[in-house]
Amino acid sequence: MSEKLVDIRDLTVGYHTKYGRLVHVLRNVNLQIEPGETLGLVGESGCGKSTLGQAMMGFLRSGSKILGGQVKYQGLDMFKLSSKELEGIRGKQIALIPQNAGQSLTPTLRVGKQIMEALDLNAGIKGEEAKERTVELLGQVQLPTPDEMATRYPHELSGGQQQRVAVAMALAGNPDMLVLDEPTTGLDVTTQAHILELLRDVVKEMGTAMMYISHDLGVIARVSDRISVMYAGEKVEDATARQLFKTPSHPYTRGLLESIPRLTLSGIPKSMPGQPPLPGTLPGCHFEPRCQFATDICRQEAPKLESISKTPDDSKKGFGDHLARCHHWEELTKTDFSEELKEVYQDVRKEISTEPAITITDVEISYYRPGFLDNLMGTPHPPATVSGINLTVNRGETVALVGESGSGKSTIVRTVSGLLPAKEGAISFEKFDLTTDVDDRPKELQKRIQMIFQNPDASLNPRHSVDDILDQPLKLYFPDMPQEERDKRKRSLLDRVRLDYRYLTRFPAQMSGGEKQRVAIARAFAAEPEVVLCDEVTSALDVSVQAAVLDLLADLQKEHGTTYIFITHDLAVVRAFADRVAVLYQGRLCEVGTVDEIYSPPFHPYAQMLLGAALEPDPDMEPLLIGGDTPESSPPATGCPFQRRCPVRVGEICDTTMPAWVRPEGSIDHQIRCHIPIPELHAMQTESVAAD
Amino acid sequence: MIPLIGRRLLMAFLTLILVSLIVFVAVEALPGDMASAYLGRDATPESLAVLREEFGLNAPAYQRYLTWFGGFLRGDLGDSLVRNKPIMEVIGNNLRNTIVLAMTASAVGIPLAIALGVFAALTRDRWPDIIVSTISIFGMTLPEFVTGTFLIYIFAIKLKWFKGVATMPSDAPIDAEFFQIIMLPVLTLTLVMMAHILRLVRTSMIDVMISDYVQMARLKGVPAWGIVFRHALPNAMLPTINIVALTIAWLLGGVLIIERVFNFPGIGNLMINGISDRDLALVQAIAIILAAFYIGINLLADLASLVLNPRLRTARGH
Repeated sequence: MSEKLVDIRDLTVGYHTKYGRLVHVLRNVNLQIEPGETLGLVGESGCGKSTLGQAMMGFLRSGSKILGGQVKYQGLDMFKLSSKELEGIRGKQIALIPQNAGQSLTPTLRVGKQIMEALDLNAGIKGEEAKERTVELLGQVQLPTPDEMATRYPHELSGGQQQRVAVAMALAGNPDMLVLDEPTTGLDVTTQAHILELLRDVVKEMGTAMMYISHDLGVIARVSDRISVMYAGEKVEDATARQLFKTPSHPYTRGLLESIPRLTLSGIPKSMPGQPPLPGTLPGCHFEPRCQFATDICRQEAPKLESISKTPDDSKKGFGDHLARCHHWEELTKTDFSEELKEVYQDVRKEISTEPAITITDVEISYYRPGFLDNLMGTPHPPATVSGINLTVNRGETVALVGESGSGKSTIVRTVSGLLPAKEGAISFEKFDLTTDVDDRPKELQKRIQMIFQNPDASLNPRHSVDDILDQPLKLYFPDMPQEERDKRKRSLLDRVRLDYRYLTRFPAQMSGGEKQRVAIARAFAAEPEVVLCDEVTSALDVSVQAAVLDLLADLQKEHGTTYIFITHDLAVVRAFADRVAVLYQGRLCEVGTVDEIYSPPFHPYAQMLLGAALEPDPDMEPLLIGGDTPESSPPATGCPFQRRCPVRVGEICDTTMPAWVRPEGSIDHQIRCHIPIPELHAMQTESVAAD
Repeated sequence: MIPLIGRRLLMAFLTLILVSLIVFVAVEALPGDMASAYLGRDATPESLAVLREEFGLNAPAYQRYLTWFGGFLRGDLGDSLVRNKPIMEVIGNNLRNTIVLAMTASAVGIPLAIALGVFAALTRDRWPDIIVSTISIFGMTLPEFVTGTFLIYIFAIKLKWFKGVATMPSDAPIDAEFFQIIMLPVLTLTLVMMAHILRLVRTSMIDVMISDYVQMARLKGVPAWGIVFRHALPNAMLPTINIVALTIAWLLGGVLIIERVFNFPGIGNLMINGISDRDLALVQAIAIILAAFYIGINLLADLASLVLNPRLRTARGH
């Protein structure tokens, strides 16, 4: 068929290791994209998604090469073109929107210049016209004050704004095809939702086809017409978005879907143990070692990608084939997946004591350090980064702090851990005062409060083996413990985080992200802490690994009665894991309550905005976008912290007076801080949900 | 940005004051003073007293420091007793010669080093890179008097292309002949200094070439020259500014050994002469001038970083 925009046939890509061994990255991948179609490409890290995306642009990472097959774009073989011809296609016909826009914009060039460069190269527009078109493009991606934005350098923009610039740059050449490589990973939920809507609009308006690469099925569900699931360098399932989410027919797809925490279902999702093997290293099905349906045939014979059904399709392009690569697909599709899904989520609700572990009273934290000149001239202090925090965390409880980046979640946790001083207020833990610096705390206290960081790559010393990493806290906190006892403890710690004792000799570089995070958890638990502060501990991990880590943390809590303060920007994770939630905006609390209270109306307007923007892995669910996503850099001096972004602000009172805490009727823990009376808020919100 | 520059200028001036104090105290701490150095063995207590009175050496140290440093700021460094001339006159031509030598070496060496560094980075691990890197390592590791002597042997003695020794008075006019004479010193300096800059440019260019934004530029369809000159080089230059400044400062500091090897009438040579004559006023003056150069060049490097790095330039506040 000649109408295909992209036609990838039997594409096999590999590279040679230092030792001369050939490693496959992609194996016999077939992929077609029609004009105007959006294809979602999903899979865990290391499945070859990004390689496939880059190959589509005729680009391979250095060292990699094509071992077979071809990539055709509008009939042209991308890997047979000269570099001159490639330059003519890249940017003009296929444009890339990268994962990390911040790092993909040249730091020494103004963003307007970079877009003008793309216009010049890809549309032949120069001079004054290019300037006008740049401002137009920046307006099209909904950046405020586009003419001023054009004069900024990349570092002067927020993450969401940088991503919008990347979109504008990609649109400069008016391409037929966009390749998007995890473009919203790392952005706040609200920003992500806005960018996705923007992309949907742009694509609809301009008839552009998209290949959207992501590990996040919620995002994929929102944008894709059709979805290809990649596993170990192979396509294992391919169907229309609706069909795939309704009847996932490969155990891997099901595993992915089951491991996502959901807003609508409480409880921790099922984790998928193991990780993908290197492509082409198993004689049978590559998913077999992780598959609960596997039988002998799976070990011996590689399944073929076959059409299992034709599904009626609302788009007239006629891509109705549902493809799956599994010996047992018939068995899988017999049952109703959506019913099965409900049983997957294991509720971790438990009895929580009412004995407080950590009490935070009127805490104010500021990063502002006036200099000599400022003191001399009496420069007024800016409003504190975090202010008026009152929160009690009970023993054995998980309290989640949620909010966008810049909401002060990490700041509060850093203060509790003693890394950052509080300016005002008190934090107490039994008889201890936690406003003291971590170095001044007695060792006993240091031992009892531990912290796990977001990025294990940064928090584990790359030159220490797992053995060293676990040995240190044991030596530090149990100085009298003999060597044999420590060795025994290390093994049992690894066992508890479900790592084999042989991992003791490994170094961080020899482990996957999930394994490293488990080592970081084992290190924290080596101290036998009572309180563990978790700072975005799962946000750098694949969904399948995230579920395992959450499950592990829940088990450890059950076993030891540990108290968690849990920071995350993912509201579904909060729903799955937390007992109580505190919603923060600009360093001030907006709403506090149990999980169930937070996730049903009445909401604080900010909590409603966050929940509305969160995505579920369901193509029929639309996010509810309220207000803008323009981030603010500092809290307002007086009044409600949310005054400048609030879609339902009452009036001047919001700017001048901080609202008092109000308890909705009938609730015990739930508190909201808003000038709108609760019943009114409640009525408004049930209405908007119903209308949606 | 203006307060930022102001702050840097203030810091530079404070550093200069500190250095001048150290230089002054160091010379004070030497046994004897200018008068005894001048009169040498012939000194009688009477003649010393007369001389001290004449040159104001009896005043308290802080007063002499203020006079001296104040004079320096006004461009008057007092008189050299040994040479019986105002110091500015003694130094003037030698300083000019050193500056010309340093500037010529910089003008040749720095662009060459940057170009070769970029070239090596772009041909990374292939033979052009290996050749450039090997030569630069030789240039870096061989002591400069060995390189200098070697070059004299090849170009002056064997090939007879250039003069091996700078047989010229310090006030020689700066003309074609002058440049012919300084050819070999310039070549030696270029070889010696190039390696540091080249290797840093190479490393930082390699880092930049694999960065996301260069990959993005390629996928945007930017042609190769545009990638190198627009997207990569300005970013790769940032970390090299300081080493370039250090190199220029090192050149201006009167490259003692090179000037000695070629007998070049520069400030380094003059300083060595001053030390052997015990011309304390001269040594003190040269020391403070060199310090001022160092501070000034580093200040310029900071300002150049400001111009090249939008992150620093647009920083608000601090």
